Amino acid sequence: MSIFKLATAALLLTAAAARAEGPGLGQPLDAADIPFYATYVKPDGTGLPEGSGTAAQGAEIYAANCASCHGKTGSEGPVMPPVGPNDVWAKPAGSYWPYATTLFDYIRRAMPLEAPKSLSDDEAYALAAYILERNGVIEAETAMTAETLPAVKMPNHGNFLDVWAKQGAKPW
Amino acid sequence: MTRSDIDGAALEYAAGGGLLSRRALLASAAAGTAAGLALPGAARAEAEIPEWTRTAGARARGYGMPAAAESAVQRAIIEPWQDVAPAFSLSGTPHHRLRGTITPSGLHFEVHHGGRPDIDPARHRLMIHGLVERPLQFSRDALERYPMVTATHFLECAGNSLFNAVMPEPMQAGCDMLHGLLSNTEWTGIPLRVLMEEAGVKPEGKWVVAAGADGPSLARSIPMEKVMSDGMLALYQNGERIRPEQGYPMRLLLPGFEGNMNIKWLTSLWVTEAPVHTKDESGEYTEILADGSSVQFTFAMGVKSFITHPSSTMTMSGAGYYEISGLAWTGAGKVAKVEVSADGGQSWAEAALAGPVRPQALTRFSLPWHWDGSPLVLMSRATDETGAVQPARADWKARYHASNFLHYNAIQPWQITAEGAVQNVYL
Repeated sequence: MSIFKLATAALLLTAAAARAEGPGLGQPLDAADIPFYATYVKPDGTGLPEGSGTAAQGAEIYAANCASCHGKTGSEGPVMPPVGPNDVWAKPAGSYWPYATTLFDYIRRAMPLEAPKSLSDDEAYALAAYILERNGVIEAETAMTAETLPAVKMPNHGNFLDVWAKQGAKPW
Repeated sequence: MTRSDIDGAALEYAAGGGLLSRRALLASAAAGTAAGLALPGAARAEAEIPEWTRTAGARARGYGMPAAAESAVQRAIIEPWQDVAPAFSLSGTPHHRLRGTITPSGLHFEVHHGGRPDIDPARHRLMIHGLVERPLQFSRDALERYPMVTATHFLECAGNSLFNAVMPEPMQAGCDMLHGLLSNTEWTGIPLRVLMEEAGVKPEGKWVVAAGADGPSLARSIPMEKVMSDGMLALYQNGERIRPEQGYPMRLLLPGFEGNMNIKWLTSLWVTEAPVHTKDESGEYTEILADGSSVQFTFAMGVKSFITHPSSTMTMSGAGYYEISGLAWTGAGKVAKVEVSADGGQSWAEAALAGPVRPQALTRFSLPWHWDGSPLVLMSRATDETGAVQPARADWKARYHASNFLHYNAIQPWQITAEGAVQNVYL
């Protein structure tokens, strides 16, 4: 064994020791074994799947899956109506949230409440389109896709102060 | 202790409304013991011997339960949309029926965005992935072999005390409804740093997106700094495996941070370079300020306290001696001081803190009090080790949009009427 190889082996041993606080029982995790809900669509659109949907398509899906909680047109409620302004919820998703990507991800992972993860990617795009169109944020004919959704400019986007960046863990 | 015991002694008053010096706590306890020993010698033969003293007790049982007479000690369940969305619920800890600081596991508060999942621990796994050298997954059996730590910490929902925050008139309800989204537990688990170091966080990994295995897969972005400093993968709650309501078989614990971030049923830790703006950090757990702008990533809970004994819905049992008792805490560290007023805030006396005062944990405070039977307003005001002081309600309201009910930490006044009723009031 050359001096170089010995030094490399010693370094590897040191690195292993540094990680030896625990028993090192984690098993390798293949990318294929990570479900979609273990990640989140990022504001720049990273993580968005193929597919598309329009507000018109979304209206039908909304009526069948969402209206019973969020209201007939999305602003009535009772549960946190996503269309605003409304008298029920000061933070409607389709106008208050800073990024449109969150709509797609949240719908796909969590909605509807009784059958989360039952909607297809196309259906989630269509519902995001419907909510954004109802809030006047996009035009009725604009399909939401991996390209168009992250490009949507949300009206409340510049209206948030990042308290962690400003003062860390100090309570606001 | 009887009234004559107190009335006959020279009382050391600490503030208006009958507040006594906290130095009187030990003295009064001693007096009580002496009084207890002075049993009358007569009438022993006629004294009732209750039936439970004349028979063998019940056989052993595998898991103990509260006394049957305590069956009313329950969480207060709120289902705001029970007809259309019953899986969304809140359950408040009945602090007015508890003493000490540890919340019994079965009375820990709950806020469920999508109900309580039924998880098979043998099929549950924790994934660590994203910006790491070695993406890893752990079974619970593997995690059981890691060195564990134990720490007592409070959890408080960001929406705790929401009724006081937004209702125009004070709601008349107990501490379970008014302040019940708060609990305190001895947690045992694995420091997250150990697991993160095993995976090897890359230098650009600055945030961790934690996700649960519940139906909605609730997710929050957490600064790496917090994860590595005191984040815990909690497996045990008050010595036993975490209850299903609290994240069985494992949950995230971030001492001092708002409850929603302490992801229950934790299954994924995804290392990223920046927060991903999940639903909860985009809308549900942001606060709209008075000027219409919003604050985001307001993680730590502010300094807060309230009196549990006496508290609203209770009725005083006559004038005389009482011990005022309550809870204080802060997400910023330790409680430094709790003051109590019995005259609506005109004068204050410092309460005794039951040690040890732990960081990011509930602290019990107490103060002896001689109530003369006249109407008055009781309240407590906590100060934490950073110097932060609980605000008055009007000052808290002035900072925020009228709709905001998150991170409410204003002083809680209790009005005591001449009839002895204890009521919620705004001051």
